[in-house]
Amino acid sequence: MTDILKPRDAKEVEDAVRWALSHDKALEVAGQGSKRAIGRPSQTDITLDLSGLTGVTLYEPAELVLSARAGTPLSEIEALLEKNHQELAFEPMDYGPVLGLKAGQNYTSGTIGGAIAANLSGPRRIKAGAARDHFLGLSAVTGRGETIKSGGRVVKNVTGYDMCKVLAGSWGTLAAMTDVTVKVLPRAETQATVVVEGLDDASACAAMAAAMGSSCDVSAAAHLPDHVASYFDGLPNAEAATALRLEGVAPSVRHRKDALAALLKPFGPVLLLDETESRALWRSVRQVKPFATESARVRPLWRISTAPARGHAVAAAITPAAQMFYDWGGGLIWVAMPFGDEPDAASIRAAVASVGGHATLIRAEAAVRASADVFEPQEPALAALSKRVKDAFDPKGVLNPGRMVAGV
Amino acid sequence: MSVRMPEADGAVLARRAAIVKALRTIVPGEGVIATEREMRPFESDGLTAYRQLPLVVVLPETTKQVSEVLAYCHAEGVKVVPRGAGTSLSGGALPLEDGVLLGMAKFNRIKDIDFANRVAVVEPGVTNLAVSNAVAHAGFYYAPDPSSQIACTIGGNVAENSGGVHCLKYGMTTNNVLGCELVLMNGDVVRLGGKHLDAEGYDLLGLINGSEGLLGVVTEVTVRILQKAETQRAVLIGFPSSEDGGECVSAIIAAGIIPAGMEMMDRPAIHAVEEFVHAGYPLDVEALLIVELDGPQAEVDHLIERVVDIAKQCKSMTCRVSASEQERLLFWAGRKAAFPAVGRISPDYFCMDGTIPRSQLPKVLAAMKDMSAKYGLRCANVFHAGDGNLHPLILYDSNKEGEVERAEEFGAEILKLCVAVGGVLTGEHGVGVEKRDLMPVMFSEIDLNAQQRVKCAFDDKGLLNPGKVFPVLHRCAELGRMHISGGKLPFPDIPRF
Repeated sequence: MTDILKPRDAKEVEDAVRWALSHDKALEVAGQGSKRAIGRPSQTDITLDLSGLTGVTLYEPAELVLSARAGTPLSEIEALLEKNHQELAFEPMDYGPVLGLKAGQNYTSGTIGGAIAANLSGPRRIKAGAARDHFLGLSAVTGRGETIKSGGRVVKNVTGYDMCKVLAGSWGTLAAMTDVTVKVLPRAETQATVVVEGLDDASACAAMAAAMGSSCDVSAAAHLPDHVASYFDGLPNAEAATALRLEGVAPSVRHRKDALAALLKPFGPVLLLDETESRALWRSVRQVKPFATESARVRPLWRISTAPARGHAVAAAITPAAQMFYDWGGGLIWVAMPFGDEPDAASIRAAVASVGGHATLIRAEAAVRASADVFEPQEPALAALSKRVKDAFDPKGVLNPGRMVAGV
Repeated sequence: MSVRMPEADGAVLARRAAIVKALRTIVPGEGVIATEREMRPFESDGLTAYRQLPLVVVLPETTKQVSEVLAYCHAEGVKVVPRGAGTSLSGGALPLEDGVLLGMAKFNRIKDIDFANRVAVVEPGVTNLAVSNAVAHAGFYYAPDPSSQIACTIGGNVAENSGGVHCLKYGMTTNNVLGCELVLMNGDVVRLGGKHLDAEGYDLLGLINGSEGLLGVVTEVTVRILQKAETQRAVLIGFPSSEDGGECVSAIIAAGIIPAGMEMMDRPAIHAVEEFVHAGYPLDVEALLIVELDGPQAEVDHLIERVVDIAKQCKSMTCRVSASEQERLLFWAGRKAAFPAVGRISPDYFCMDGTIPRSQLPKVLAAMKDMSAKYGLRCANVFHAGDGNLHPLILYDSNKEGEVERAEEFGAEILKLCVAVGGVLTGEHGVGVEKRDLMPVMFSEIDLNAQQRVKCAFDDKGLLNPGKVFPVLHRCAELGRMHISGGKLPFPDIPRF
């Protein structure tokens, strides 16, 4: 039986970690637990449930800043921002559907702390960055049972090391965040999407590179091959679609839509999606919709980050029986493997190594995740450095031990 | 100088000849500089109030040499201070009497320009502007543009996480660097990131940006390059008070507009600049705001109109929209010449660098006026208004008895105020030696020790750039000890399920 400790405030988080330290217990650090199934299976005694730390503590739209307790649901923050025509520009994806979670009960959308700890992002990654790029300040309890703060509530800050960066994407292995401050940005007035139909993967990567290398200020670029295109919303045809999103004020979007359509015409037939279709399409890209269906969910899912223009070369080295699509102009490839219990890590890692980048096994049976490397294995010197960083924050390994790397 | 540096290690000073000899076996010929006359140009950086000759200067040319120099110094317990172009305004590259100064100027090659992936791979000694110049023929540029961009290097930009006037919209260095090759103090060479967008494992690249040369020596950097906007236009707006100017900035952002740049100057700065550059700035205003918009013509025209409307509602006294590229550059010529313009009217000046929540601007400016009277020193302000980054310039004369000290006290009081109103000590210039002793104003001992433990993970002997950033140095072994208190309870009094 796993016990759950649910602190009511930051002080109790510190108490919990100190207690765990003095009793040699390991803690699973969780918000709503929406991403619990990502990483190596937890080898912990007790869950430190941070979903009780909720509430927006500061929001100043004109200063583009918002602070919240780490367990505040993302949906609550996004709703508040929307009221003020603002948003989290990093467009955090929701892993819930891919992992088979149903909204309601405990899980709604994950928490802001979880979004940061997993360094979430979305299609706008190519323009606006990931959670790390919007993470301004924090309070957190380290694995030493000490409450630290870093950063602040201002965008421009180089005072001391940027601890926000190293905690973003650390999957709760360094510290349990209690309070976070993020940069928020105005929501674009409108959007539209330019689609080129019928491209193979290599031509699609070339088309996306041309679009992103233009002054059209593309805010999302995805290639949806024909074997998965029908799963996405907003597309009129079940054909391979290479989609480029434009956001901004209406006169600007109108102008750039025409410019981009002209630029892409040599690649293939071009069609335009209006604002409603565009929003629907990118929502389904953000939620990795083809691989969130019940039948797809039994299959291992890889997330590959690579050099965008070479995405097709990575994909070509992967078994043709896998299903896949590209986001980030080719730099992010979602790959669903054909067989439930076979992530085929060796071939995926070899494919990535041929170009550069890394692969993460986002979804697989617990037994598979326990035996395979979920995150990309590192060169010895880098692995040793990462281990020393873990020790700097959590020398006894009380916070999510072994979640990213066995024994760390 | 009023900041004390770590005491020089007499044993190292005594071994100087042997150390120089050993370094010459790693870096041949003119790559090791050991005469006082030739070392003189390295004695300070952009913070010229602080000077110190190094033990020896080494100018390596290859990653292998950097690795061997660091491994040797690690084994021998010799300190190392890395240096790019030496434009730091906070003393980040100030040498140590008993330390090797590792100059990275010879790492000046652009290794790869990859337009398809929109990245450039450059060595750290390449200047910021050279990156933009190298990709300009295809319409690209490198976004971060610190005002020293003609001289400062990418390696130094990474160390300081440099900003510039356009970082409100395009981010700081950390948002524009995708990868680096890093040599650790023990000689290990690691690669972080690459041409892909996401870090694997811990985001160590994010730690390196802004680490002020304390964590490792960067030998290669992969930066994002962007396609230039179709067009740029600027609006020059004058206000009867800085409060009105500040309100206008807030109103622009509240309207959902993120300009490419938004810069403010106060009256003393406007006058100093206008005398120097003749940019046509109005002299009867208390605050002057430059708002620059970039993008397609249709977008810029649309947004300029909205900005002008907002300015009218914010009590603006003057409002001029640039009608030509020449006029736009003239608007900027004044702002960009602010530091030298102030240099003309005062023998010396300190440039401060606090960031504040923008709503606190009127309060902070008023307090600075009082401080100016109290210390008997003039102060001019330029301000990255969009992101709240203040650059008060404190004017003093180092030849006048006690003025340096008064100027430093004045600066410290400004920075303490920045922290007190919810801001930070430094927005883009770094802590270095200049603000080192103010770190406890912003951080507790626990916070600072946590940061120093990160330092220990990279540099277990504390040999890389010691005496910068942290006011009190601890041995890593001492920091590693655990003192658990409050954990004795049989069970914490927290709800359980």
